[in-house]
Amino acid sequence: MRQGTNTLRQRIKELPRPDLFCVGLALTAAVLVLVILGVIFSPFGATTLTPDRLQPPSPGHLMGTDKMGRDVFARVTYGTRITLLVALGTVTIGAGVGTLLGAICGYFGGIVDEIVMRVMDALFAFPNVLLALVFVSLFGSGTFKVMWALGIAFIPSFARVVRGEYIRCKHLDYVKNARLQGVSDLRVIFVHILPNINGVLLSNLLIGFNNAVLSEAALSYLGIGSQPPFDSLGQMVSASQEVFFAAPWTVLGPGLVIIVMVLGFSLMGEGLRSDTEGLE
Amino acid sequence: MKRHSALLALLTVTFALAMSFSLAACGSSQPATSAVAANTDTINIGITEDIDSLDPAHAASAATHEVLFNIYDGLISADVEGNLQPALATEWSVEDGGKTYAFTLRQGVKFHDGTDFTAEDVKYSIERYRDDTIGGTLVSSFNEVDQVEIVDENHVKVVLTKPDTDFLPFFVLGITPAHVSDLESNPVGTGPYKFSSRSPLENVVLEKFDDYWNKEHAAHINKAVFKVIHNTDSLGMDLAGGTIDMVYRLPAAQISQLPKDKFTIYEGTMNLVQALYLNNAVKPFDDVRVRQALAYAIDPQEIMDNVSDGKGVEVGSSMYPAFKKYYLPELNDTYNQNLDKARELLAEAGYPDGFTFTISVSSTHQQHIETAEVLKEELAKIGVTANIQQLEWNTWLSDVYSGHQFEGTVIGLDASTMSPTSLLARFASDSPVNFVSFKSDAYDQTYAKARAATDEAEKTELYKDCERILSNECAAVYIQDLPSFVALNNRFDGYTFYPFYVQDLAAIKPAQ
Repeated sequence: MRQGTNTLRQRIKELPRPDLFCVGLALTAAVLVLVILGVIFSPFGATTLTPDRLQPPSPGHLMGTDKMGRDVFARVTYGTRITLLVALGTVTIGAGVGTLLGAICGYFGGIVDEIVMRVMDALFAFPNVLLALVFVSLFGSGTFKVMWALGIAFIPSFARVVRGEYIRCKHLDYVKNARLQGVSDLRVIFVHILPNINGVLLSNLLIGFNNAVLSEAALSYLGIGSQPPFDSLGQMVSASQEVFFAAPWTVLGPGLVIIVMVLGFSLMGEGLRSDTEGLE
Repeated sequence: MKRHSALLALLTVTFALAMSFSLAACGSSQPATSAVAANTDTINIGITEDIDSLDPAHAASAATHEVLFNIYDGLISADVEGNLQPALATEWSVEDGGKTYAFTLRQGVKFHDGTDFTAEDVKYSIERYRDDTIGGTLVSSFNEVDQVEIVDENHVKVVLTKPDTDFLPFFVLGITPAHVSDLESNPVGTGPYKFSSRSPLENVVLEKFDDYWNKEHAAHINKAVFKVIHNTDSLGMDLAGGTIDMVYRLPAAQISQLPKDKFTIYEGTMNLVQALYLNNAVKPFDDVRVRQALAYAIDPQEIMDNVSDGKGVEVGSSMYPAFKKYYLPELNDTYNQNLDKARELLAEAGYPDGFTFTISVSSTHQQHIETAEVLKEELAKIGVTANIQQLEWNTWLSDVYSGHQFEGTVIGLDASTMSPTSLLARFASDSPVNFVSFKSDAYDQTYAKARAATDEAEKTELYKDCERILSNECAAVYIQDLPSFVALNNRFDGYTFYPFYVQDLAAIKPAQ
């Protein structure tokens, strides 16, 4: 498996190609600019109703207006903010807890490792969205609850990756060296090993971010998550489907931003990954 | 692994968008041609949910009853205006202050299997509906029935356990023959159409019944096929393509996709009362001035413009227009939008700067969510902040409707029978379904009087008084009866709206 991807990657590497990380960064920056633009300069409120319903894109309304005459561009900038917030929160919770658990399990091993990782396996058996749905049905919906629900669902994937890295690193010379010098376990875990797995962690973070954006969109599409009229991008797509034939721009605006956002993070993650692998 | 799924998801989204694009292109360029030749012998009707039973006693959903309406006749029936008319009974009288209902039966009526309709069949049907050997009566409203007496071959008396002058509308339920026990597989009634065949989840086929007793209401089309269309989004395409000729309750957004020269769109209403229902038991809504302030702040027309393209009919109390006898259009003007008046009332009630509350709304009802969004904007103008909280439908039922755990909610309430009590009973303070906890002595007294009244005109007037009280005391912020659209192929015409769940096929005839 690993061999196969390596040769494939090798072949692709021989082709001249742009720096993926930079392309990704540019796309992500574009999305961020959109959000900032929405905060500092917005001629229309995201929820203001006007009599200009279902207007096609024009210089006045860059992305047209929706069924209730609300400016789609203003709604997209606001929705992007919500989507980014949820994604950020999800990854922070998932990566934070996941890294901690993975590090402890990987470093110490033994019974704790067995118990924690079997629980993780159980969680991992459910698709993220399904697991989040269970949490939401138990605790109710809302922007922050969805963040927690997705965050918890994301823990196992981070725990696994980090644990693997710790198992690999704990047998390396610098770790053995540090332990012989009497450095405490905690210090070894966080000060010695953690910086050395940065590359893997960071690319996983970006990919996690991506999955969070998509999962949030999927959950929103199911009507769970932030509450109307403050719709996230996924909810905008969902709410617009009934007027899709009459006014495709109501779906395309938020849909395109989701694509650009996900593509940006994907490329950044991919770029980082190939960089770290190139170093080895 | 993770990366792949992310890319996969990305590709899916892109692909879906591309697909929708090409679909949109198809939709607009497709010429309006039909492969089906002009044929008025058969009408194909698209339904989105299969009927749940062919036996009127077991039929649960409104969507089933509206199909069965064509197969079975009741002792009486409601006409297009909601008035009760003779059907299998030619006349009736209410005796003993509402304890006994006496019916004179129609002669010469035949069941679909050729047998004669008799008093025995009436006794059998009603006693079957009342049958409680299965742990609860088969049809719950018939638990009020004590016994059915056959006076002679033309007369039947139904005796209730206690007087109830509003029981008459329940007799619209179909009469079935005493000698047929397997209605589920062999439905036999006296209606204008007889059952032909059924494939579950696929179709129900009805045929014209030639010996129907009411020549004025006889079927015009030989065969009617109810086709189950599982995907609501494809109804418009199926209509345009010619596989179905008629859809009732077509989503408004699909109307624009139909070729205009081939279909007639009938616009009616859903027959429900959509309102911002406020929990009268919690602060600040326990103060009538606050409820009135909200009513003054909103404009139903703006809601209709935003939610359903301006369609819909305003309501001003707990009664929708199809109940012609009881509907009071003047109540729509009790609270015309007046923001100054609204602010004034709020200040009087002690909320000069407004307040914040939550509107809980079912996540499955898009029109109600959108209504809540418009309400939020309208209420913001008088300083009231409304937050919207979506709840899954079953959670809504248990928390809001049964549990009364809410401040405000947007929902539509419909009537289960042609009796005004279906819409008014819930506002009596001792009603188990008074989910808004409305409490008014004047209302309780008027409603009790109306229930007890035996004179029809007096009763009607008292029910109207009930509506006036609900409007004046602002039990809820009444908005509208939502629009409903029927698409019918131009080969046919005559579609008729009823004030409750009925699809009258006999009214539809081939176009001239």
